[in-house]
Amino acid sequence: MPAPQCATCHKARAALRRPRSGRALCGACFCAAFEAEVLHTVVAGRLLPSGAVVAVGASGGKDSTVLAHVLQVLAPRLGISLRLVAVDEGIGGYRDAALAAVRRQAARWELPLTVVAYADLFGGWTMDAVARSTAGSGRSRACCTFCGVLRRRALEEGARLVGATHIVTGHNADDMAETVLMNFLRGDAARLARGGGLGSPGEGGALPRCRPLQLASQKEVVLYAHFRRLDYFSEECVYAPEAFRGHARHLLKLLEAARPSAVLDLVHSAERLALAPAARPPAPGACSRCGALASRALCQACALLDGLNRGRPRLAIGKGRRGLDEAGPPRDGEPERAPAPDAVPAF
Amino acid sequence: MVWQVLEGLSRESAKRLRFVPGIVCIDEGAACGLSPEARAKALAEMKLILQTVGFPWHVVALEEVFDLPPSVLRCFAQEPVGTEGAYKAAVDSFLQQQHVLGAEGAGDSPSLAQGEEQLSWPCTQDPQNPQSPDRPPTAAQTEALSRLFDSVKTLTAKEELLQALRTHLILHVARTHGYSKVMTGDSCTRLAIKLMTSLALGRGAFLAWDTGFSDERHGDVVVVRPMREHTLKEVAFYNHLFAVPSVFTPALDTKAPEKASIHRLMEAFMLRLQDQFPSTVSTVYRTSEKLVKAPRDGCAAGPPGPRCLLCMCALDIDTADSATAFGAQTPLHLSQTQPPTPPPTAPCCSAGMGRVQGCCGGARPCEREDPRARVIEQLCYGCRVNMKDLPSLDPLPPYILAEARLRSQRACIEQQIQEYLVEDSDDEAQTGES
Repeated sequence: MPAPQCATCHKARAALRRPRSGRALCGACFCAAFEAEVLHTVVAGRLLPSGAVVAVGASGGKDSTVLAHVLQVLAPRLGISLRLVAVDEGIGGYRDAALAAVRRQAARWELPLTVVAYADLFGGWTMDAVARSTAGSGRSRACCTFCGVLRRRALEEGARLVGATHIVTGHNADDMAETVLMNFLRGDAARLARGGGLGSPGEGGALPRCRPLQLASQKEVVLYAHFRRLDYFSEECVYAPEAFRGHARHLLKLLEAARPSAVLDLVHSAERLALAPAARPPAPGACSRCGALASRALCQACALLDGLNRGRPRLAIGKGRRGLDEAGPPRDGEPERAPAPDAVPAF
Repeated sequence: MVWQVLEGLSRESAKRLRFVPGIVCIDEGAACGLSPEARAKALAEMKLILQTVGFPWHVVALEEVFDLPPSVLRCFAQEPVGTEGAYKAAVDSFLQQQHVLGAEGAGDSPSLAQGEEQLSWPCTQDPQNPQSPDRPPTAAQTEALSRLFDSVKTLTAKEELLQALRTHLILHVARTHGYSKVMTGDSCTRLAIKLMTSLALGRGAFLAWDTGFSDERHGDVVVVRPMREHTLKEVAFYNHLFAVPSVFTPALDTKAPEKASIHRLMEAFMLRLQDQFPSTVSTVYRTSEKLVKAPRDGCAAGPPGPRCLLCMCALDIDTADSATAFGAQTPLHLSQTQPPTPPPTAPCCSAGMGRVQGCCGGARPCEREDPRARVIEQLCYGCRVNMKDLPSLDPLPPYILAEARLRSQRACIEQQIQEYLVEDSDDEAQTGES
């Protein structure tokens, strides 16, 4: 049976079928459609106004590579300028190779690249050091908890260094779906209440963040990278196998096999979750140490680092947060109690 | 649950329950593909048990959905609470026994204490009737029902359809016999699984109704879930210790492979995760308690919007919603019976309009000849995705199609006379078509 013709241009031979709709398209038309959809997401959500300096969180992986490429293509139309910011978490054997890929990309696209390292920002704590510190207690190492919080802080710092007005990350629809599943399974009502939108508008001095690839499924991202012959780094993080997200990812793969639209359905559900006001996180204030956005007296990054420095890495993880300079565990819904004056070691 | 109610109503209990119960069982054998002999056998076993319980009972076959009136799909305002005198009188006498067997068998758990046990609280006193006549369903109806379920392509959609039909039937029985509340025996484990399944099916907006304690979508009949705090294990132990008799009947997904439907997948996943993280089910349950029954952005101040045809929740398709503009397009332009409106997303997007296929069509409802599109317009997101697996709407019971026709006609007429209607609120600028 001869290959079908492209359904859009009717000239070239179809090279792929779009996972979502099953339409047969040639490579060029698919890439054009993908770019058009990203453009629509950005324009309809008013995510990146004209004149914005956009810091792209580049990890060397497929999502951030595709994001950077698409934004570069769309930059003239949107009137934005791009800067690449890469974060070096200090994971030996993994991050070095990824950073090499980022440097190659920056050279290829001629975009300015800034690398921020955990070791510089956070007083010598690399992820490997964190993993060593939290290991051996019989419980999981919770590396992703530390890495996620610290990376967002590092991205923010890097973005400020390059004078950016917006931060974009390459999260795709599969990531959003996994996040919703994970948050439900762990009972994280605060994150459920906060998430689901197209990013945060940047309250209290934090830079606005968004995820232009949010509605593109992972398969389409990979297809796009294939057709545009993009060079990216495709291994998974050394600490990934022990993460809880792995369960959510496994479940998502099963769901997708049973019903192809499961990813979109989950994103749709996530946007429409209605949580009780008591479950929502309290209005954000400023961290008492670093001044960043925080919903408690200490922002999560400072709290985590505090725990690490005191030799009790799990201090800020979970609902406890006892022992920090706060009076007792603050629970959602209860009024914030003023922190008791403790002798806090100078940081 | 029936046993618990029995105990609660007995004279020795410290806090006596004050309602008059009846039991409703639905015989779903036809949908599950059981032979008539198997169905008769299961029915006989159920009747034996239910006769010992002593409540009024009804057995209703699922085939009777074909006889339902379209009014089942309408939401009636809640009737004012009956006068005190009639209520107290009703409490002191039991009404005729209604046994309806829900064949929601999970293999190892007793179907009496969980699953479709429905006890109802009547608000008027019915005369002492003998049991409702046990009419076996006609062969034509059985055949129509199996044709309906065979035409559905995926097991997931079958289960959802079964649930919708079952709910409508129970609602109808409750309304005809004057019951104001329906109690179901969903346990904590089942509700946690149901919550995750609804999430995966796109029903995130309605989680509070699907898994909360009380569900007042239907207006006059309220569905409550009193067993939602007990896990399946507790229920199993209770039944074992107190020798509660139970009947197992195969359900739609008995012996189905794990990947066959989303419900099965989720159940297997949750139970496996529960082994590793023992607090999973209770965590999900606690999260479900934090859900409220309001639209996310608090725009509930306006008049209640249109409701879904099948599940009767307020529609959650928002054409102005930028984020899932694509997502809403997909189910609509995938249905092949649509008139050939141009589906490619590229021209639609580069025009910068961001209009969803559904809203382009919805702007001219009177011109839409296609009956399938007419029905799909009136469904919520989750039901639309299910309808994708139903290639043709003809085998559906007539009451659904009739109600769909009625609603679209009403919408059409309203639009025509819009400019002549006096509006209450000033902020609704109407540019009516004539």
